[in-house]
Amino acid sequence: MRIDCPFCGSRDASEFTYRGDARPMRPSADAGEQAFADYVYLRDNVAGVMDEHWYHAQGCRNWLVVTRDTRTHVISAVRLAREVRR
Amino acid sequence: MMRYSIFSLAANALNGHRRWQATWRDATPASEYDVVIVGGGGHGLATAYYLASVHGINRVAVLEKNWIGGGNAGRNTTIIRSNYGLGGNLPFYEWSMTLWEGLEQALNYNAMVSQRGVLNLCHSDAQRDAYARRGNAMRLHGVDAELLDEQGVRRMAPFLNFDQARFPIKGGLLQRRGGTARHDAVVWGYARGASDRGVDIIQNCEVTGFTRAADGRITGVETTRGHIGAGKIGIAVAGNSSRVAAMAGLRLPIESHVLQAFVSEAIKPVIPGVITFGAGHFYISQSDKGGLVFGGDIDGYNSYAQRGNLPVVEDVCEGGMALMPMIGRARLLRSWGGIMDMTMDGSPIIDVAPVPGLYLNAGWCYGGFKATPASGWCFAHLIATGQPHETAAAYRLDRFAAGRLIDEKGQGAQPNLH
Repeated sequence: MRIDCPFCGSRDASEFTYRGDARPMRPSADAGEQAFADYVYLRDNVAGVMDEHWYHAQGCRNWLVVTRDTRTHVISAVRLAREVRR
Repeated sequence: MMRYSIFSLAANALNGHRRWQATWRDATPASEYDVVIVGGGGHGLATAYYLASVHGINRVAVLEKNWIGGGNAGRNTTIIRSNYGLGGNLPFYEWSMTLWEGLEQALNYNAMVSQRGVLNLCHSDAQRDAYARRGNAMRLHGVDAELLDEQGVRRMAPFLNFDQARFPIKGGLLQRRGGTARHDAVVWGYARGASDRGVDIIQNCEVTGFTRAADGRITGVETTRGHIGAGKIGIAVAGNSSRVAAMAGLRLPIESHVLQAFVSEAIKPVIPGVITFGAGHFYISQSDKGGLVFGGDIDGYNSYAQRGNLPVVEDVCEGGMALMPMIGRARLLRSWGGIMDMTMDGSPIIDVAPVPGLYLNAGWCYGGFKATPASGWCFAHLIATGQPHETAAAYRLDRFAAGRLIDEKGQGAQPNLH
């Protein structure tokens, strides 16, 4: 599985560290325990296309948002995390 | 029920093997049952068996989307053990180990339970201390554990690379009662036992949704073979837990990850038991057919593909070469991947779901095979009585929010680190 890093080009996935689903958004500080528990522990875990956070540990050390299909491992988009609107 | 014995084997041999009965009934689904189990793997079939045999509940259907045992039950590395470290885990896995020890007699089925020993190698003083601590935790829970020094390991496995400069072998933690079992046979044995007690095993039947009453209570499942009604539905679908739970509007503390495993060509017996490398991701045993059965860590990213990538293959083989260079010339025969339901603390969930009528058995990560008997026992107990079995009382779904995590590796809420 290869990831097209915007700075470094096409690299093997083993150069990267996987964080997980990029969709969960940290709740505001006053959102309450339930919201925080859901944010920390619950995941959609879809069989299909998802946005994921990958960190290019052995390259440019940027955080990326990778759009990947978990059924086929096909990657359809790679963006710098800081350029992804949240 | 046709009992298997040396006499039935001899009689059938003389009759040209024409009178063997089907091992389980290929049932046609009824319109409703008392209990429906979603998932025809080891855990689902064991649950149905114990519902019938222990609780007398046999108006039960096991629904399997493909063929029984075609998921992780058909893909694992066959290890059984109870050498855990935490109090939330030890009673459960030891109950499972105890059930393994009586399983073949109970099921009248040869599951090839082989208590050949599980040896965890250690490579530093600090690691030995950590293993001693785990061994003591095991013994405090009545589980057998021995701490071997280097000589003790040499006597068991003289072929290991003891004087490797980076990872010298200092000793190991041994559970003699641990070992292996033939994974397919476990599925078939439980299927036969359940079917003989009246449980309907329905293959090629995929659950596509749940039907609910006005008050939200589950009333049945929609499947590819029609609607099936049931007041109690137990989900035991391993890596697909999030997908099935989502049909009931639930999100789980689970990420599905790929774990790869490997089998070599058959060679003469060289590996005496189960051996795990303490300095890298590699563990190995040898099947009775002669193939080396080995694996390492999960790939590390969410996956439902049932295959992984080559860097892990390389990493696992490097571990094998570092530990036991003698296997280097064996050829790799096949490799595969499964779908691991990795939880946020690395430990399983056996609990009622937040939806009335629904029961959840999930989160087995990469360690579900050894849990098969106790998982079935405890899930059946929960479904039949509404109360958790004492050995599984800590496997609650709400433990995450409540801070009562069972985190053997101490890694926190990052599934791919467990």
